[in-house]
Amino acid sequence: MSVPISARTLDLAAARSPARREWTVFARRLARRRTALFGLAVVMIVIVAALGAPWLAPYDPIEQDITNRLRPPGALDAAGRSHLFGTDHLGRDLLARMIYGARPALMVGFAAVAISGLLGMGVGLVSGYFGGRIDDVFMRLADIQLAFPFILLAIAVIGVLGPSLPVIIVVIGVSSWVVYARVVRGAVLSLREREFVQAAHALGSRDGRVLVHHIMPNAFTPWLVVATLDMARVIVIESALSFLGLGVQPPTPTWGGMLADGRVYISTAWWLATFPGLAILVTVLGINLFGDGLRDTLDPRLKL
Amino acid sequence: MKIFLARRLAQSLLVLLGVSFIVFFILYLTGDPALVLLPPDSSAEDVEKFRQAMGFNDPFIVQYGRFFVGALHGNFGQSVRHGEPAFGLVVERMPATFQLAGAALLVALCLAIPAGIVSAVRRNTILDYVSTVVALLGQSMPTFWLGIMLILVFSVQFNLLPSSGRGSFEHLILPAITLGLFTTARITRLTRSGMLEVLSQDYIRTARAKGVSDSPVVWKHALKNAAIPIVTIVGIELGTLLGGSVITETIFAWPGVGRLSVQAIYNRDYPVVQAAVFLLSSTFVLVNLAVDVVYTYLDPRIRLQ
Repeated sequence: MSVPISARTLDLAAARSPARREWTVFARRLARRRTALFGLAVVMIVIVAALGAPWLAPYDPIEQDITNRLRPPGALDAAGRSHLFGTDHLGRDLLARMIYGARPALMVGFAAVAISGLLGMGVGLVSGYFGGRIDDVFMRLADIQLAFPFILLAIAVIGVLGPSLPVIIVVIGVSSWVVYARVVRGAVLSLREREFVQAAHALGSRDGRVLVHHIMPNAFTPWLVVATLDMARVIVIESALSFLGLGVQPPTPTWGGMLADGRVYISTAWWLATFPGLAILVTVLGINLFGDGLRDTLDPRLKL
Repeated sequence: MKIFLARRLAQSLLVLLGVSFIVFFILYLTGDPALVLLPPDSSAEDVEKFRQAMGFNDPFIVQYGRFFVGALHGNFGQSVRHGEPAFGLVVERMPATFQLAGAALLVALCLAIPAGIVSAVRRNTILDYVSTVVALLGQSMPTFWLGIMLILVFSVQFNLLPSSGRGSFEHLILPAITLGLFTTARITRLTRSGMLEVLSQDYIRTARAKGVSDSPVVWKHALKNAAIPIVTIVGIELGTLLGGSVITETIFAWPGVGRLSVQAIYNRDYPVVQAAVFLLSSTFVLVNLAVDVVYTYLDPRIRLQ
């Protein structure tokens, strides 16, 4: 092509960070999806609640006040203070506990997704790129992992090790790598044959460099979609574990733990079980909406 | 065909071997299985005696071999709490869990496939929006919350259905809906996207062009071709259902394997936990093997892979 040299240099200067420009395009396309934006807004609110809990919560989430137990939503207590969502069986403010409950949920969510995401990315890259024996071994490991009823394995392991935040994060993180690995592997299988990868090889790049600099950035978008949607799953699992008494232990408020308390009072105090469940539902729904939007924008053919 | 089946069978056996190793390993997570199995206040002498008696001083691989041979014979040791063989306790409760999982799957298929088809055929109509929103809510709703809300409405408020136990058909309704909702949502979305893809294919346009009316196109031409991913997901969802039974059975006091294993974990009754995890995982592996065999008939291309 006979493009004048000056024009070509200009072009290169403008394209200094093509990656960033691409992300701006994605962000604009994502912003046109109203449901995805709604999901993002919900997620942001939950994150703000978790970070700002000490300032946002109207009352102490742990302090008990037996004289004001089981006040229905909106009722004033003996001291004339109002409780929007009522109080629980120990007289604790339900709204305050729900705001604080966002903390363990998001902490487990982010940390477990980080662990399983990194593991899965590593396995997927190696498995897809090198293929052969290594691929066989990893894919059989994936089959074994998937054969377990997830929640049963998690509670068995946590039962032995004892429930604590690090144990919960590691157990969920280590046992959730398969989806990431499969999606990344699939992307790598097709990337491996592309011209730019062959060009990198021809220029003398070693496998490690090709993987990290050329293949990984291109396998990142499907990975990101999986990570977002998996976050929703992890938050449900965290609250399920808390519900069974195998999550973060009291007195730390957790949504699942509050639900378990509320279940006992189901016939007399409906609000105890209703509101914490709504908190989980809204958070998970927000993440799912955002994740669906992300998938439709970044990688519409990805089947999840 | 034979080669494909033989390879799938070998893979399944390999997976079961891996499963048995992890189940065995659960007891060794703390390093000392004697400490896991004995009450926390046992004396050092008791622990040592127990270790000798159970053979925990043997090399690791010998212990695993013993566990594996035992597992093949259905021997997972005695339940610490019930004093009966752990295997028998779990097997006794399998029918209840299968009944619940089967009912949940039935609920899911009966709701999801029509909903998914209607959604795809009447795309962007009010029906589609309603079904999409309901599916999205279903996928985001925690099982245990749904179960409690159903109890709140149908048992506490209106006193229509029993909230716990197993026996009559009425007992099955709430747990089956609770357990089946997530799967319903998944299959609805999958059916919708599968049907949309198939309906835009050339052979559908051909069928319409030659004058085939609407309903045979949908039911005969399209659904048959959209069925393969649905059959696959049914196998995978069975794992979700068996695992989800842990929570649903706990909420509704359903006397199945899930509830048994949660109680066993609270009671530190690990032989029962091991037997339950092993048997549920084996069931899942066998069902998926069966699913693979079924869809080699549905889609001959798979045999060649």
